Amino acid sequence: MEERKSQEVILRGIGGSPGICIGKAYLVDKEGVDVVKKYIVSEESLSAEVGRFKTAVKKAGEALRRIIDDTPEEFRQHVQILETHVVVLEDKMLYDRTIDMIEKERINAEWALKKVVSLVKPKFENMSDDYLKQRAEDITHVSNRIMENLVGADPVDIARIDKRVILVARELSPEETSQIKLERIKGFVANRGGRDSHTGIIARTLEIPAVLGVGNATLKIKNDDIIIVDGKAGTVVVNPTEQTLLETEERRERYEMKKALVARKSHLPARSKDGIRISVMGNIELPEEVVSVLDHGGDGIGLYRTEFQYLSRPNLPSEEMLFENYKDVIDVMGKRPVTIRTLDINGDKTVNYIRDNQERNPALGLRAIRYCLKKPEIFKTQLRAILRAAAYGNVRILIPMISGVEEVEQAVQLLDEAAQHLEQQGIAHNRNVPVGIMIEVPSAVITADILAEKVDFFSIGTNDLIQYTLAIDRGNRHVAHLYQPLHPAILRMIKQTCEVARTAGIKTYMCGEMAGEPLYAPILLGLGVDELSTNPQTIPQVKDAIRSIDTTDVGDFMDAVMRQTTPDAVEALVAEKYGAVDEKDDHLKQEH
Amino acid sequence: MKPVQSRTLRIVNELGLHARSAAKLAKLAGEASGGVWILKNGNSADATSILDILTLACPKDAEITVSIEDEVDMKTLERIAALVRSGFGE
Repeated sequence: MEERKSQEVILRGIGGSPGICIGKAYLVDKEGVDVVKKYIVSEESLSAEVGRFKTAVKKAGEALRRIIDDTPEEFRQHVQILETHVVVLEDKMLYDRTIDMIEKERINAEWALKKVVSLVKPKFENMSDDYLKQRAEDITHVSNRIMENLVGADPVDIARIDKRVILVARELSPEETSQIKLERIKGFVANRGGRDSHTGIIARTLEIPAVLGVGNATLKIKNDDIIIVDGKAGTVVVNPTEQTLLETEERRERYEMKKALVARKSHLPARSKDGIRISVMGNIELPEEVVSVLDHGGDGIGLYRTEFQYLSRPNLPSEEMLFENYKDVIDVMGKRPVTIRTLDINGDKTVNYIRDNQERNPALGLRAIRYCLKKPEIFKTQLRAILRAAAYGNVRILIPMISGVEEVEQAVQLLDEAAQHLEQQGIAHNRNVPVGIMIEVPSAVITADILAEKVDFFSIGTNDLIQYTLAIDRGNRHVAHLYQPLHPAILRMIKQTCEVARTAGIKTYMCGEMAGEPLYAPILLGLGVDELSTNPQTIPQVKDAIRSIDTTDVGDFMDAVMRQTTPDAVEALVAEKYGAVDEKDDHLKQEH
Repeated sequence: MKPVQSRTLRIVNELGLHARSAAKLAKLAGEASGGVWILKNGNSADATSILDILTLACPKDAEITVSIEDEVDMKTLERIAALVRSGFGE
């Protein structure tokens, strides 16, 4: 059966980020110690076996303590779950029972631990209380930590990967994603996650092909397997035949050529057929990505996410460090606008050990502006850094997660205070910057008329707006298909926001994923969005789409769009009228 | 061993006996020389085991009985009672 080994297998998932890559698989499987061997331990070796178990527990405890100690004071409250893990490590139900099991059944420590866990875990899994149900996961975490030490497997340290590989994981937390040396990674494959999960967004931003939501990728793919990732079709080919490899290589070249073709025109401004100029900006997460925005012909930065500087380090960044970061971006962009969004942490972008915190529903919890207003010192440090950097270029400040006008007032007050202090200290800064808010909570849309009085611009964050309006967790594969940007409710919300803004004399921008879909461009312009911001690599396609629109006849089209009752009907309508806009993509799709 | 002393208590904190409060209780119970048990609706749990405590599923307002097996652990029992009554300091 030698042949079977190298048989070609095709796995299907969700296309997370377009592009094709061929390479060796590198498994990051935290629960990769599933395969545990059972063996009998001789009478005289029993105490040594128990000792081996105790050492493994001790090591696991030390590792946990280190993580807790390395956590900045500010985030300490979030690692309480790890404190609990330290206690659970030596809990009688796990520790004492495993030792008993080793001694009574004369079996190896790994097998004993596995048996004990399989007895204890169901007690929690079968509970009706959700909180207690989740404690089963604590037991899994803890026993995995012990198991890793027992089998001597090195816990995979993502930050240390330095090979040109394709990463295969169950799921990557935003924290893990932030540690990866991205220039080293050719592609991503993950069991979980949808198109709009954090991993998907990061992969698209960095133009790394990614297939997510594969389900069983970590079971079907082994380390060093040759795999092909097609991020457009959402397929992964394991052990491809010579024939498939050749075909893929050709397809990859065609794809790259087409991309280059669109890119050639990307530096020209995007004007509609009737001459209306629309700015197409780039979204960035890392200062290094600025170059990519310019390379793709971006007219500015429509969204600079500032969380990374907070997540990829053990303590809070200093004002000086933030200032340098922002100034780096501004210096490269020159006179082009740079929209800096203030800290948006504790939503899905939490450090992975924070995720298990007491907040039952972090998306509805203490995040973004709510967090910043609760921690005014952290917020002010960032505001000072932004105001200082603003002295060197064209900066806009964007405040996330606004749900009511008090939040805007408080944020502006803090901004004024920060500016006053800078003034008193004689430090160069610029308070005269446009201050806008993210429109991503339904209440902000409904009260847009009130909010418009207080701000200089709106920026619609479609990812969260869709999530909150349709009550869909975009990372949940069971409901991901219900995450529909063209839902009539979403179109009405965008329309209302734009109309209110126009009346108030301010602009409406869009920086969510929706802005990066070329097919949606006619609808967005029709609804009245003034500027689009998207991941750098889709800027050329969006510009291309704008060039094929005639805004003088978009009115009738929009009347028809707004009469549609389902997302599918809207999509069919736009495809019928503007199908050519997305032809390139369709062409590629049909090849599969 | 038969319990020699016990206290019946009501859980007053919002979150009930969850991981953190159970950890605090288990830590105190661990200082006892004899056994410390928690009873709730006829089920009993070893008070020194956080996991065992959690399996009792005690939400806010649940009534529990904490008992000790050794007279010398009276102080521990009183400290546990104080901890529960204080809502685990939450």
